[in-house]
Amino acid sequence: MTRPGFALRLLLRDWHSGELRLIVLSLIVAVASLTTVGFFTDRIEQTIEIQATELLAADLVLSATAPVPASIGEQARRMRLQTTSVTAFRSVVVKEDRFQMAEVKAVAAGYPLRGELRVADRLFGEEYTPAGIPAPGEAWADSRLLQQLGVELNEQIELGATHLTLSRVLTFEPDRGGDIFNIAPRLMINRADVAATGLILPGSRVSYYLLLGGEAESVAAFRQWFEAQHGGGTVKIRGIRDARPELKTALERASQFLGLAALVSVALAGMAVAMSTQRYVRRHLDYCAIMRCIGATQGTVLSIYLLQCLLLALLCSVLGTGLGFLGQAGLASLMSGLVQGELPAPSAWPAVSGLLTGLITVCGFAMPQLLRLRAVSPMRVLRRDLTPLPVSSRLVYVLAILALALLLPWQSGDVSLSLYSFAGLLATGVALALAARGAIYLIRRLRLSGVVLRYGLANVSRRGGQSIAQVLGIGLGLTAMLLLFLIRTDLLENWRERLPAGTPNYFLINVQPDEVRQLGDFIFERGRLLTEFYPMIRGRLVRINDRPVSPEDYADDRARRLVAREFNLSFAEQMQGHNRLVAGHWWASGETGVFSVEEGIAQTLGIRMGDHLTYLVAGREVSAVASNLRWVEWDSFNVNFFVVSDPATLASYPATYITSFYLPPAERLLLSDIVREFPSVTVFDVDAILTQVRQLMNQVIRTIEYVSGFTLLAGLIVLFAALQTTHDERLQESALLSSLGASRRQILGALLAEFLCLGLIAGLLAAFGATLVEWLLAHYVFNLTMSLNPVIWFFGPLLSMVLIGVGGVLGTRHVLSAPPMRVLRQGT
Amino acid sequence: MAGLDVPSAGRVVLDGAELNTLDEDGRARIRYQRVGFVFQSFQLLPGLTALENVMLPLELNGMAEPQALASDWLQRVGLVDRMQHYPNQLSGGEQQRVAIARAFVTDPLILFADEPTGNLDQTTAAQIIELLFRLNEEKGTTLVIVTHDEHIASRCQRQLTLAGGRLEDGA
Repeated sequence: MTRPGFALRLLLRDWHSGELRLIVLSLIVAVASLTTVGFFTDRIEQTIEIQATELLAADLVLSATAPVPASIGEQARRMRLQTTSVTAFRSVVVKEDRFQMAEVKAVAAGYPLRGELRVADRLFGEEYTPAGIPAPGEAWADSRLLQQLGVELNEQIELGATHLTLSRVLTFEPDRGGDIFNIAPRLMINRADVAATGLILPGSRVSYYLLLGGEAESVAAFRQWFEAQHGGGTVKIRGIRDARPELKTALERASQFLGLAALVSVALAGMAVAMSTQRYVRRHLDYCAIMRCIGATQGTVLSIYLLQCLLLALLCSVLGTGLGFLGQAGLASLMSGLVQGELPAPSAWPAVSGLLTGLITVCGFAMPQLLRLRAVSPMRVLRRDLTPLPVSSRLVYVLAILALALLLPWQSGDVSLSLYSFAGLLATGVALALAARGAIYLIRRLRLSGVVLRYGLANVSRRGGQSIAQVLGIGLGLTAMLLLFLIRTDLLENWRERLPAGTPNYFLINVQPDEVRQLGDFIFERGRLLTEFYPMIRGRLVRINDRPVSPEDYADDRARRLVAREFNLSFAEQMQGHNRLVAGHWWASGETGVFSVEEGIAQTLGIRMGDHLTYLVAGREVSAVASNLRWVEWDSFNVNFFVVSDPATLASYPATYITSFYLPPAERLLLSDIVREFPSVTVFDVDAILTQVRQLMNQVIRTIEYVSGFTLLAGLIVLFAALQTTHDERLQESALLSSLGASRRQILGALLAEFLCLGLIAGLLAAFGATLVEWLLAHYVFNLTMSLNPVIWFFGPLLSMVLIGVGGVLGTRHVLSAPPMRVLRQGT
Repeated sequence: MAGLDVPSAGRVVLDGAELNTLDEDGRARIRYQRVGFVFQSFQLLPGLTALENVMLPLELNGMAEPQALASDWLQRVGLVDRMQHYPNQLSGGEQQRVAIARAFVTDPLILFADEPTGNLDQTTAAQIIELLFRLNEEKGTTLVIVTHDEHIASRCQRQLTLAGGRLEDGA
């Protein structure tokens, strides 16, 4: 019989005799949880990407300042992609004697390729999804344009040389994006009407877009073709990765957390495998001695066990991957309500990574232990005490760490995150081990009365190394559980709290200084609260120090746009909430000639602390020093400004005011009252965007909860494996105690004392570990400030003591009923 | 003597092979080719059936179809009905018979038996000794028995007495 064949037979025999069950279980759960996470994140990421495509209204967008060459569109269609064109330009819309600058978007049939438009048949009326795009001769305007132009639906407006009928209110377009406060209101027309306007002349600023959509492979193939043929040319390509920033952060946060959760699962599963293998090896020392005795060489023994190990890894990986696939299918049905349409099919990559995961986990966590079997002396058949020295713990750790390091980058797909989490996990492990060692040392010094208590606690310190490993295993398992609890209670709630139910969904802009009070009262009387009124002053950056600023100075598109037009400045005594200083200091009362600059824009425009910035405001220049940089939480949906001055510097310049408030959808008619009462005020509706972001947030939260569930499962297995490591020894000792005349009560008492002590130490360590990880998550992933949760410091140790106490006693209870001779005779 | 250990001084020569000059694997080969063992505590693998225990040395050395030979030996020791039983389902005498079958299955030149009846009652012990001596005669194997039982010792052609760790006399 060939050696692999023989190894397989031995493996089957071991399986029948029940020796392998825990290792198999750990491995299968390791691979299954990892592949479920893998398959799941793969599909969810695809889904989130699909939803993100809605923000582009396409999978890919080509943009240019001249019409996109027809050959590119033809190529896209040849590659089985759908296409549609959009032309966008700014122009004045005229109604009788009123003029209003608008962003005109001319769309063709098929728009939008992803996501959908929403319209209403009257101002602030009921929204619905239209069947197509504006018919030729018609135009759809957003509420702002209607308000500012004072025009009703079904009236005619002039756009360039043509007349168009306003047929609907445009309430939502998926690819609106951008800095919503700084763009003119929207007018959407049919592309067939563009020529008639006569507005597009040589030299006009027009943007041409070609929207593309199709199967992921076709999109990728097209992108590749495009980069090769037209990369770096005048036609720019944009995929979803370059979509709106708040979405990007949510995506990044989700994948960061999933990576982290997967990472913890790997570590836990690995630990369970290592612990179960340790026990398996101890039980197989006799096997090896007998095999050696009847003539097997060291090499034979080792190769049989290594082969067995590889076969086991392979079998468990295949099984685990299969289970993982089923697991994610169940998950997909859970998610079906959240995601529009069908989830995309998972890709094959998680299956491959599942198989490799099994192999790497076994190589890193089980193999080092198996090396011990090579050194078994045949003399052991005569002298049981001839146990080979344990493998150098350094080797075990190095291999385990190496295995983890190999697994990491796939799981999170992000090298720096992997490194940080890896270092964090390692440091936590070392800290926990040291703390466990300290606690066990203290127990050794403890002198207690009562033989039961003394014997039980003496066991904890006598098994020193094993106890540390056990406490570490149990502690890490519990950490996963407590963390899940913390995430569900503190972290996610906190995150959701960022966009609480009453988050302002309407902004009022263009409020004249003398209307501020009146408007405030008007809304207050109708039972709604306004946030503060903030002054808004339009200005264009003209100089940084003595250097004149012009769009041509910047390569970055965003920087060019920012420099080319006016943007909103404000002034304030105090820094707004949701802002944080990152450099410099906030001004003291009375300090003047100073600006506070948002750090992102400072970076984009190359502004440093201490630079003199000069703005052109209403024909006058105003200069001040950039005295601090601010971080702004943009996704809080609060009014925020890139540049704020002290109250004195901008006080004499013409300002309008902006405010925001929350209005439930049912009370939208109040908006019409405001518009009628304060004709100059413009209502800005962010409800749609808010809903979109909130939906995404919920989805991320659901995902995180699900994935943490797997970490929990891995944690439970480690817990069980940790208890198993000293199971045989404990049986033997209890039998011995019993043969010496100890009563069942005394044995049970000693066991309980030992388990409760282990549980207490592990529980305290777990509370510490969970708090640490929660803080890391809060700080680095969710950008939240956290307060300590005192509950887990009480419930953690309690839960741990109950779990370990009950589990441990249940596991060893048969020693209490079996005649001790039987246990003693079987030996270990 | 059996090559399970090496002497701290002196030489051990087993069928012409000097054991103290061989490495562990060299001694393992000698054990497989020439030596069989029967222990006081049987030393069967608890996870393997009786048949599998007997097949083990053959499989370890790559024999293609060890089953026929192993079951033949179990038949010879009278365990034809107990082949699929695990050691903990067998009595002490039955376990020792499995161990004897395992020792003979590789056709060794020398069989070392270390207190083979030490863990057995008198009747079973007598049966086991009968079996050992019968097979010893049939196979022409040299049998080396370590025992405290004068009766067993008297059946051997040569007796060596070990007292206080020293060899006292050789008949």
